[in-house]
Amino acid sequence: MSGQPRRIVILGATSAMAEATARLYAAEGAALVLVGRRLDRLEEIRADLLARGASAAEAVAADLARPDAAADQLAAWAGPQGADAVLLFYGVLGDQAQAERDPAIAREILSVNFTSAAEWCLAAANLLEAQRRGALVVIGSVAGDRGRQSNYVYGAAKAGLGVLVQGIAHRLALRNTGARAVLVKPGFVDTPMTDGLPKGGPLWAKPEAIARIVRASAQGGGPVVYAPWFWRFIMLIIRLVPAPLFHKRPL
Amino acid sequence: MTGFQATSELSSWGRVVRARQDVVRPHWRDQLAAAVEEAGARPEGGLAVGLARSYGDSGLNSGGAVIAMSGLDRVHSFDPATGVVRADAGMSLDALIGLALPHGWFPAVVPGTRFVTLGGAIANDVHGKNHHDAGTFGRHVRRLALRRTDGSVRELTPDDPSGLFAATVGGLGLTGVIAWAELQLSRWAGAFLDSEDIAFRGLDAFFALSAESVRTHAYTAAWVDCTGRGRNLGRGIFSRANPSPDPRRTLHRPPRVSIPVDAPAALLNPLTLRAFNAGYFALKAARAGRRQAHYDSVFFPLDAIGAWNRLYGRAGFYQYQCVVPPASARDAVAELLAQIAASGEGSVLAVLKTFGALPSPGLLSFPMEGTTLALDFRNRGEPTLKLFDRFDAIVREAGGRLYPAKDGRIGAGMFQAGYPQLAAFAPHVDPGLTSNFWKRVKS
Repeated sequence: MSGQPRRIVILGATSAMAEATARLYAAEGAALVLVGRRLDRLEEIRADLLARGASAAEAVAADLARPDAAADQLAAWAGPQGADAVLLFYGVLGDQAQAERDPAIAREILSVNFTSAAEWCLAAANLLEAQRRGALVVIGSVAGDRGRQSNYVYGAAKAGLGVLVQGIAHRLALRNTGARAVLVKPGFVDTPMTDGLPKGGPLWAKPEAIARIVRASAQGGGPVVYAPWFWRFIMLIIRLVPAPLFHKRPL
Repeated sequence: MTGFQATSELSSWGRVVRARQDVVRPHWRDQLAAAVEEAGARPEGGLAVGLARSYGDSGLNSGGAVIAMSGLDRVHSFDPATGVVRADAGMSLDALIGLALPHGWFPAVVPGTRFVTLGGAIANDVHGKNHHDAGTFGRHVRRLALRRTDGSVRELTPDDPSGLFAATVGGLGLTGVIAWAELQLSRWAGAFLDSEDIAFRGLDAFFALSAESVRTHAYTAAWVDCTGRGRNLGRGIFSRANPSPDPRRTLHRPPRVSIPVDAPAALLNPLTLRAFNAGYFALKAARAGRRQAHYDSVFFPLDAIGAWNRLYGRAGFYQYQCVVPPASARDAVAELLAQIAASGEGSVLAVLKTFGALPSPGLLSFPMEGTTLALDFRNRGEPTLKLFDRFDAIVREAGGRLYPAKDGRIGAGMFQAGYPQLAAFAPHVDPGLTSNFWKRVKS
């Protein structure tokens, strides 16, 4: 690593949380690989990150929801120097009511948020283990902590992803690889993804706040980090509410 | 993209006017393009807004469409060697300072808050404490892109022969939606200023201090005790400063405290105001002298308190800011201060400042050579408006004008009297855009 800038691979770089995190890395002079579907939007971000101090920024158009030779692609993005961090931000909230009626929509939510993400995570785990350094940081959700009628398809995918990342963290630690994996679980975040919901109040966090937690998680801590921290206690209570009581509430 | 959502959550900074509006928050350039066209096609028209620090109604479009610009905040390019930066119009000065200062640059002109967007700073052609030295914000704009509701995009420079640049700077967002702007920043060694506070008694002392200081100091402004009567009339604290050679580039911190709820309406009354002003004068006078100060405390003292506008209670407040030309400045300001003191109203932060002769680039730019007075008044309804009518008469008689970014009430006559270039401005207005302010004053 000596003297070289950190190299960070960001999957789903056009998400608001990803962009806020990328700005933190840019200010440190890191080299960034921005992967997403829309090249025009990635280019908007790329210029911004270079102006903010990134030593390099590369925009890569790829449909992450349909991984194709994930290991090869990830190795190419990490480059010969290797990746100091692989950050996975992409996902879709989906529409729960539609998913209940239309299996294709349910399958899409599960496939994007879990199946494809799992492929990238497993590829990243192999890469980091081979490098013997680096961190995988994955955005989960507090929705994965307990199934609720309003969003349990999305929640199930995020819950599955959480178990997978925990397993990877366990594996990397046990084999003494020097690499790490962390699952960051945000609560309500004020992003375009949640623009349809009424916002405001003390539970809503800005993407910049989540970004600082992601940045810190790439450095240490984990394997499961609530963002902000108070969600750990909120979700503890939500998990502990007995089903007969829980089932009377339209959460 | 559509995604306009009805909301009444957007209000002006003074919070006198609350309006239901359909708001969209674009995050990408292609979404902005779609939003501007759709907003322009609506019967009530559209308006772009930034961080909503305008006090009155120039940033509101009741019943119409509003494009909230702050999600478009990306830098296009920044050259640390020349201090030229190009960025989306939704970027805040707060973020710009964070970008520029570590490289030894600072915005050439900053208003009293960091929480304004580049687009908002241009649309209101804002000024700072260095007006006599640097002029208005618009003087440092090298280029901008204006997106019109007919789908066209115009790149404009200060020498634009069509007049659209001059109409857009200070044009209150009515000539199109500013998509991005390119600015020339100023060289700064570090984050500090060498500042000096001097207590003065009376307006003559203020004018003498101001005349002397504009030659020696880049930044000047005075706080006046707006409750002072008799021999205390026009007393205050004169502040002047120059950037310090100290190379430490310490950035400001986010607001430390925030006002969580509306204060009781009775908090700011004539009695508490008198007490506060007298105490503030005594404190500042006792501590007068030279010191080194961080830019955050010199330029943005109120930014340390989030949502300070709640201090005026649920009814909100007005700000009255006028400028009067040099020949009539002394008498007009004296008369205004006498009226304010007699009313017992007025604010904790009354600011008096001399504008220099550097011309503003905009047809509707507020600053002109002379003296500007700015202060807040809690909204008491009719009596407050009556008081303002008396001020208006004084300002109009003196050949002065009011600042649209601060106004929420003047009629077409008062506005037209103060802005003789209005006729040249009007043809540049984008027919798809409007605001509450514009609907009120254009007739």
